[in-house]
Amino acid sequence: MNLSLRCAVAVWQRNLTVYRHTYKLNLVPNFFEPVFYLLAMGVGLGSYVTLGSGEPYLHFLAPGLVAAAAMNGATFETTYNSFVRMTFQRTYEGMLTTPVSVDDIVVGELLWAVTRAIIYGGIFLVMVVLFGLIPPAAALLALPVVALCGAMFAALGQAFTAYVKNIEMYSWYYTMFLTPLFLFSGIFFPIEERFPPWAVKLAWLTPLYHAAGLMRAVAAGSFAVSDGVSLAYCVAVTVLLGAVALRTLRGRLLN
Amino acid sequence: MSALESPAVSASGLAKRYGDVVAVAGIDFEVRRGECFGFLGPNGAGKTTTMRMIYRTAPPTAGTLSVLGLRAGPDDRAIKGLLGVVPQGDNLDEDLTVIENLLVYARFHGLAERRARQRAEELLRWVELDGRRDARVVTLSGGMKRRLTIARGLVGDPKMLVLDEPTTGLDPQVRHLIWQHVTALKARGVTLLLTTHYMEEAERLCDRLVVMDRGRIVACGAPRDLIAAHATPEVIEVFLDGEASADIAAAAGALCERKVVTADRVVLYARDPGAVASRFATRHVTRRPGTLEDVFLNLTGRRLEE
Repeated sequence: MNLSLRCAVAVWQRNLTVYRHTYKLNLVPNFFEPVFYLLAMGVGLGSYVTLGSGEPYLHFLAPGLVAAAAMNGATFETTYNSFVRMTFQRTYEGMLTTPVSVDDIVVGELLWAVTRAIIYGGIFLVMVVLFGLIPPAAALLALPVVALCGAMFAALGQAFTAYVKNIEMYSWYYTMFLTPLFLFSGIFFPIEERFPPWAVKLAWLTPLYHAAGLMRAVAAGSFAVSDGVSLAYCVAVTVLLGAVALRTLRGRLLN
Repeated sequence: MSALESPAVSASGLAKRYGDVVAVAGIDFEVRRGECFGFLGPNGAGKTTTMRMIYRTAPPTAGTLSVLGLRAGPDDRAIKGLLGVVPQGDNLDEDLTVIENLLVYARFHGLAERRARQRAEELLRWVELDGRRDARVVTLSGGMKRRLTIARGLVGDPKMLVLDEPTTGLDPQVRHLIWQHVTALKARGVTLLLTTHYMEEAERLCDRLVVMDRGRIVACGAPRDLIAAHATPEVIEVFLDGEASADIAAAAGALCERKVVTADRVVLYARDPGAVASRFATRHVTRRPGTLEDVFLNLTGRRLEE
């Protein structure tokens, strides 16, 4: 791997410089989104829901939503934004005329996507704590899970982007991949209780299932062996898909 | 040979293929330190691909290449640290302001924050954009964007600056301003590598150049020597007015060393241009000095800008 940490950080700083122009506009909605979700799904819909465990629905819902927020924050950066930088704005092309390598760009972009996941998921987490749904101590442990979830979806998005030729392809990624993950990863209902075993196995194979599960364990403060497996799963997907993104982009950007 | 004495660029058998398409067909050339070296040729001649191989964003299909005494491939990061690149068209960062464009690139080159700021301000003054330092790039005119791109190429204090079609699409006034900047850089001892399809630009700026066509180098030398070898001091152009070009060529007869027929005219090269011109006294005839355009015309049978 041809990585200079200094150059990767410089790529990350470039995105931070852009963000300093835009954060005032997009930070406020970040605070409202969790509030809307918790009010509608938790307070509204949740009042009609009784879980087998007897747990209040709002408490059940909150951890998974934090994981989904981290997923969304990271995904947006390494899909649409990365694609625009690679094609329309020729940002990568320019970077590559300096000492920056393709590997530096990919690592810098992933670091930035994780940063966005931490900002986005972190704000969600703060609101969830303020609603009293996760104890503040657990929230401290939840932040690394937000980062890990962000890293995993950053790598997934970057690997997809490495192959994408047309920006319209992202509607497939979002609608056919992220939406089912959001709905069937055990965030809104315990999937094991409602779906046949084969569907549960299918859900087990997908990434958000593990990130949401980890977040739930952290929020509850109780861990099982399966949580260790989930942790390993998230790390493995991040490394594997990160490697795919690297390999593919080396060939695509240097040609 | 020490890195200081080695040529700025040395290429042999350098080739680039994209599938079945040959972009560069195995070329040899050497660029000396401190000179302005040009690549002249029409669109599609392989100039940009050659530049991209030199500034290490296009791996060659074959051949050997060294840049500033470093080996292309293993030393890519070091090579890129010594180069400044002004790519074809503008790829300025539109998400950033004018000065941020320079600061971000200064970081890529490893400049510390304070030095980066100092360098950025200095360069903005030099390209006369200090009044627009906090403007968004989208609000700049074409000429301002190109000047900013040149400033960005200089942020790392390069030993060699690569300029790919630096004035394409700019109006003549702006073109002259860019030429002034390029000339000033040469005076400072920066090695310059320049591609262009404007023969006037090549003649004015380049110490030596290669003429490229269809992925090959068809001639190499100083502009004046190339003109002396492939054209005459004065050239006569007879515009076709409906009749066959063969008739005109015949009328010019043995007075001409060389005749080239293009779509709308016959270009005549003679030692005694007065005698030739008098034969076409009643026709639309232009007499002009020989240029690099004639060099290209004589070597390929085609005009540079068509």
